[in-house]
Amino acid sequence: MTITNEPGAQVAVPTDLVNVTIDGVEMQVPKGTLVIRAAELIGIEIPRFCDHPLLDPVAACRACLIEVDGMPKPQPACAQMVAEGMNVHTQHSSQVAAEAQAGVMEFLLVNHPLDCPVCDKGGECPLQNQAMSVGRPETRFTEEKRTFPKPINVSAQILLDRERCVSCARCTRFAEQIAGDPMIELLERGAQQQVGTADDEPFDSYFSGNTIQICPVGALTSADYRFRSRPFDLVSVPTTCEHCASGCSLRTDYRRGVVTRRLAWDDPEVNEEWNCDKGRFAFRYQSHGRINAPLVRENGELRVASWPEALATAAGIFEAARGNAGVLVGGRSTVEDAYAYSVMARAVLATDDIDFRVRAMSDEEAGFLAAVVAGSPVTTTYGSLENAPLVLLVDIEPEDESPIVFLRLRKAARGGTRVVTVASHLTTGSEKMNAELVACAPGDEVRALTELSADIRTALAVPGAVIMVGERAAAVPGAFTAVADLAKSTGAALVWVPRRAGERSALDAGALAGLLPGGRPLTDATAREEVARIWGISADRLPQPGRSGRALLENAARGDYAALLIGGVEVDDLRDADLLRAALESETSVVAISTHHNEVTAAADVVFPSGVVTEKSGTFLDWEGRPRPFGQVFHEALTTSDAGVISAIAEVMDATVEGSVTGIRGQIGALGPWRGARTTRTAVAAQPAAAGVRLATWRQLLDLGLMQSDEPHLAATARPTVARMSAATAAANGITEIATLTGPAGAISLPVEITEMVPDVVWVPMNSEGSRIYRDLGLGFGDVVQISAGGRP
Amino acid sequence: MPEMPQVVRGFGVTFNTIFKKVVTEQYPEDSTKYPPKPRFHGRHQLNRWADGLEKCIGCELCAWACPADAIFVEGAENSETERFSPGERYGRVYQINYVRCIFCGLCIEACPTRALTMTNEFELADNNRADLIYEKKDLLAPMLPGMLAPPHPMVPGTTDTDYYAGKITGAVPEQLIEQELLDEEVSEVTS
Ligand code: SF4
Ligand code: SF4
Ligand code: SF4
Ligand code: SF4
Ligand code: FES
Repeated sequence: MTITNEPGAQVAVPTDLVNVTIDGVEMQVPKGTLVIRAAELIGIEIPRFCDHPLLDPVAACRACLIEVDGMPKPQPACAQMVAEGMNVHTQHSSQVAAEAQAGVMEFLLVNHPLDCPVCDKGGECPLQNQAMSVGRPETRFTEEKRTFPKPINVSAQILLDRERCVSCARCTRFAEQIAGDPMIELLERGAQQQVGTADDEPFDSYFSGNTIQICPVGALTSADYRFRSRPFDLVSVPTTCEHCASGCSLRTDYRRGVVTRRLAWDDPEVNEEWNCDKGRFAFRYQSHGRINAPLVRENGELRVASWPEALATAAGIFEAARGNAGVLVGGRSTVEDAYAYSVMARAVLATDDIDFRVRAMSDEEAGFLAAVVAGSPVTTTYGSLENAPLVLLVDIEPEDESPIVFLRLRKAARGGTRVVTVASHLTTGSEKMNAELVACAPGDEVRALTELSADIRTALAVPGAVIMVGERAAAVPGAFTAVADLAKSTGAALVWVPRRAGERSALDAGALAGLLPGGRPLTDATAREEVARIWGISADRLPQPGRSGRALLENAARGDYAALLIGGVEVDDLRDADLLRAALESETSVVAISTHHNEVTAAADVVFPSGVVTEKSGTFLDWEGRPRPFGQVFHEALTTSDAGVISAIAEVMDATVEGSVTGIRGQIGALGPWRGARTTRTAVAAQPAAAGVRLATWRQLLDLGLMQSDEPHLAATARPTVARMSAATAAANGITEIATLTGPAGAISLPVEITEMVPDVVWVPMNSEGSRIYRDLGLGFGDVVQISAGGRP
Repeated sequence: MPEMPQVVRGFGVTFNTIFKKVVTEQYPEDSTKYPPKPRFHGRHQLNRWADGLEKCIGCELCAWACPADAIFVEGAENSETERFSPGERYGRVYQINYVRCIFCGLCIEACPTRALTMTNEFELADNNRADLIYEKKDLLAPMLPGMLAPPHPMVPGTTDTDYYAGKITGAVPEQLIEQELLDEEVSEVTS
């Protein structure tokens, strides 16, 4: 269970201590501590079902009854606060408490089906354990039990077995207090009491999987894990989620070489005990559609090759491309893999043309990242969000793009933090954070930020205030400049929250033109010396600043590079997909390192397989910049990491690129943090907004992302694809039910949901079924789109 | 009396024994004459309900109980169209590795449904490891008269509780008809 120390805050030494005695042990605990927590401190376990350290106490199950001197009846330890001089007797020292607990347990088991053999919780079930430890040894119940048809779906993914429920209300309290999705409720009374949903509204919460994990019995199970294994079959490995930059700690359970499930692992400083459904349920991509062996192109066709052959071919390509190569790392690499790309580019390929961004991007963003974000120490954390007086969100929708940030902001908001979002409309996610809207059409961010109300400005100047900016800001010229200026003028902390898990990792590993590892400017003589020494080359062999972003892609599209080294890149994820496609079709030789077959590998000259997160160890940096190291799950995997592949290619080229995780960590450690001057960002002016209806869009948490493929139950809980616009915009365009959006690449038709939002803006999901904006429309965030009524969705 | 040479005394024992009743049981010639005792721990068997549905629910309790780690089970869910056992869950994969099994019988004590019992069959020797891993098909009890091979629905109007209460006496024709209808539906959907 979580120890809920406020992270980030100075560890306050509690002054208000009270004396209590539990089972004869005298102790001092802060005033307001619950008896159940105080008992935990001295290793006394009181049985419990409804109690959960992160949920408000309800005392619903009465499993935790204890005897307190001077109180007439046994008291629930999970709701009873300590008081000065209190003398508590648990089941260990009081017959009254022991009998009370045994009585409650007997009562709970009256209607419990005891179908442990077919129950997914069997073997890790608090009810089993506590029935053994505090229950009666023999049952006295001979009557017929109450039954319910089992199981029922509360969502496509979550199944409910009502017979097993002990009405502890953990799931409903989680949904209401933590996720803010109160779609499940305790209904009826007495023996008929049961968890249920409103008739036509399934429990499609992004966080629904957590209820399975905290349900103290097997009442809630997932369609995915149903009957797949028993707890004692499983080998558990602590891991980090690879899906987003929230950086959740997870536990990966596997059986006989196959991952069976993933659980949220307890990390009070990051994800507490929660994670999102994507991180929990989306892992089958790891075993489907994988590249199994190196491939080389012969007579226009890719064929399987031996490692030595493929390495020699790649080395030959790179030998001929020294000084004229481009490197695309992709946004999903670990720090160690990105570092290897970074070294390969600079020390072996003698180029600085490297980028990790596979999405909308701008030079302004690169400058901002280099000046403000890269290599900066962890100062603004989840804990700071919780203690912030005000958090200003610019171009980020935390519920979709960084779900644990959303949960923490919601927790903060419940504690009094003011959340303000600069966006086109108040999403349900914003509403759950009780956010105020600074209405702003996509592209107008700069104006919105300069015209912020005095009240928000003043609040931003209060120490602890935080500004969070998302990756979408790259699509708006001047947005990063405006955000940085705002932070500077108000003194608020500024954090960049990327969507992908590997973006901050790659940035800090120096996988961006002009940047060496740790945020060192490539132009700084000291930085060059430091890095060159670690890499074992002379500083003048390091290249001069090269291209990134669109410039890199344009150069590639012209076929001007002799070779491209491409990591995990999906062409359609790029705003400028055409440029990369042109490059793939050009004469340029392409070496791809990829886990899965995709458009890049199909066009490459040499393809190397690389390991997914279960097959390697590594580190992701979350949005805070906090290292989230993870170990290897499958040690017998035949793949190696990207770094391993790069190191092997370099070796054939008689160069040295460290390829082992420990070696790279050693190098990064030896480099240490950068204390010299950082690059300065160049201010970029806003552009006047174009006339017409503008497109607001982002990727929803559950969408067509490749790492969510092969997960039908999860996909069925995704939000429906709709187009949102204000009533005025709809009326002005004669739109009632269906709208057709048209862009240079084509048109899509979607059902319309009239939403209170900025006029002349239409919001659609970026990569959902029927709405893949880059590919289908050829448009992105802030672009002008043609809308009309009708069409067939 | 002069001492009898040791050799002669030794042969005396042999000679006497020749005329005693033979206790050797000839195997395999006479094996039917000497069947194992009824409670002998032999090869396992996965039992069926009277209508042919499997008793095993894939709970893995036998695997958990086994001190030799000889059992491997993988459960799965009975679907609308394919039912192998009453209730929600059945044993999709069931293996006993007779290279490992020490015939202790702890597994059959653990089985909550009496799906797993032991037969008296002991002739399990083989010359390679792979063949000593018995699969579900090798362990399932034979179909008796009145049984219908799964998958098929439960006896109409009954629940899994009725099976456990021993109320099922045999397969009824409706079960076969219903399954045929289900199979047709499936083939329509897939074709
Ligand atoms: S379903 Fe589980 S978590 Fe929810 S009330 Fe019932 S026992 Fe508690
Ligand atoms: S919030 Fe992000 S890191 Fe956490 S489980 Fe979900 S996808 Fe993974
Ligand atoms: S008889 Fe004993 S050793 Fe053999 S499978 Fe059963 S529990 Fe395991
Ligand atoms: S044989 Fe019995 S104990 Fe083993 S899995 Fe089947 S039902 Fe469970
Ligand atoms: S744990 Fe105290 S009443 Fe449920």
